[in-house]
Amino acid sequence: MANDSTITAEDPLTGDEIEVPADVEVGEIIDSPVSGAELEVVSTDPVELEEAPELEEDWGE
Amino acid sequence: MNVGILYSRIRRDEKLLLNELRERDHEITKIDVRKHQFNVHDPPAVFDDVDVVLDRCLSTSRSLYVTRFCEAYGIPVVNGPETAETCADKVKNSLALASAGVPTPNTDVAFTTEAALESIENFGYPCVLKPVMGSWGRLMAKLESRSAAEAILEHKETLGHYEHKVFYIQEFVAKPDRDIRVVAVDGEPIAAMARASEHWLTNAAKGAETQVFEPDEEALELVERASDAVGGGLLGIDLMETEEGYTVHEVNHTVEFKALNEVVDVDVPAAVADWLETQAAAEVTA
Repeated sequence: MANDSTITAEDPLTGDEIEVPADVEVGEIIDSPVSGAELEVVSTDPVELEEAPELEEDWGE
Repeated sequence: MNVGILYSRIRRDEKLLLNELRERDHEITKIDVRKHQFNVHDPPAVFDDVDVVLDRCLSTSRSLYVTRFCEAYGIPVVNGPETAETCADKVKNSLALASAGVPTPNTDVAFTTEAALESIENFGYPCVLKPVMGSWGRLMAKLESRSAAEAILEHKETLGHYEHKVFYIQEFVAKPDRDIRVVAVDGEPIAAMARASEHWLTNAAKGAETQVFEPDEEALELVERASDAVGGGLLGIDLMETEEGYTVHEVNHTVEFKALNEVVDVDVPAAVADWLETQAAAEVTA
């Protein structure tokens, strides 16, 4: 069950309810505790997640 | 002030910065670069009210182009496109450091496998082959023998993107099992850490252990000179310790600082926000 600092959202890959921080924002990347996949927050009201783009060769700091 | 944040992913680093800027009551304009068109004449409307833009693009190509557009639009952007261009490419990075007289590992660039193999044999084994673009220790090869070198060169030539046919060959620096990351603004260190690993790659992204590092005078001077060499800005400057002193192997222009923030007492996002405020103020008075 989600506590005050977390809310639930659906893992788009598995359909499971997962906990995400309550202060997530659009564009934020979440690691799914169920599938292990990187998920991108595409909406916050309600929180909607999509599978994040694959790592690309020119990504980095 | 109104801070435009260029991004396509909000990592922990960006979240820390966003929270810090919001706590200071700055306005934030999040600019997801995937969702806009950048016209050669007119900026996207999303830039209308920003005072300063902070480039946090995770993709090097996006970072290079969008910062260039910002400059063309006359919108202050940090880091600027020249710094981004110098830091994003290991060849330009090494040239800038060497030209400024900053100690940096000896490096050859070759364009064919035959010429690359000659460089590798001249350096001797081990030596290091790196992609000219790339981060987090990806696709780095420590070459221990001629047969390994031949195999990796063939793989790069056959399987790699054209950038992998620019062979960047570097001496192997026999450092202690750690390197140093200093996050600095215009050459002034915010904080520093050592990244230790038994693996030859000591990137935090590769799981290296991190601990506080206090730069000495020599390191402080090199950080300042390395920052100047690439055009200044908010930078991650990487140093290795050798018997002859420090060598600067890389300067990063969209620096990640979450690992640093966790090990030092300094509030890194707050220090970055302080600097951003000075950048915006400088633009107002310019």
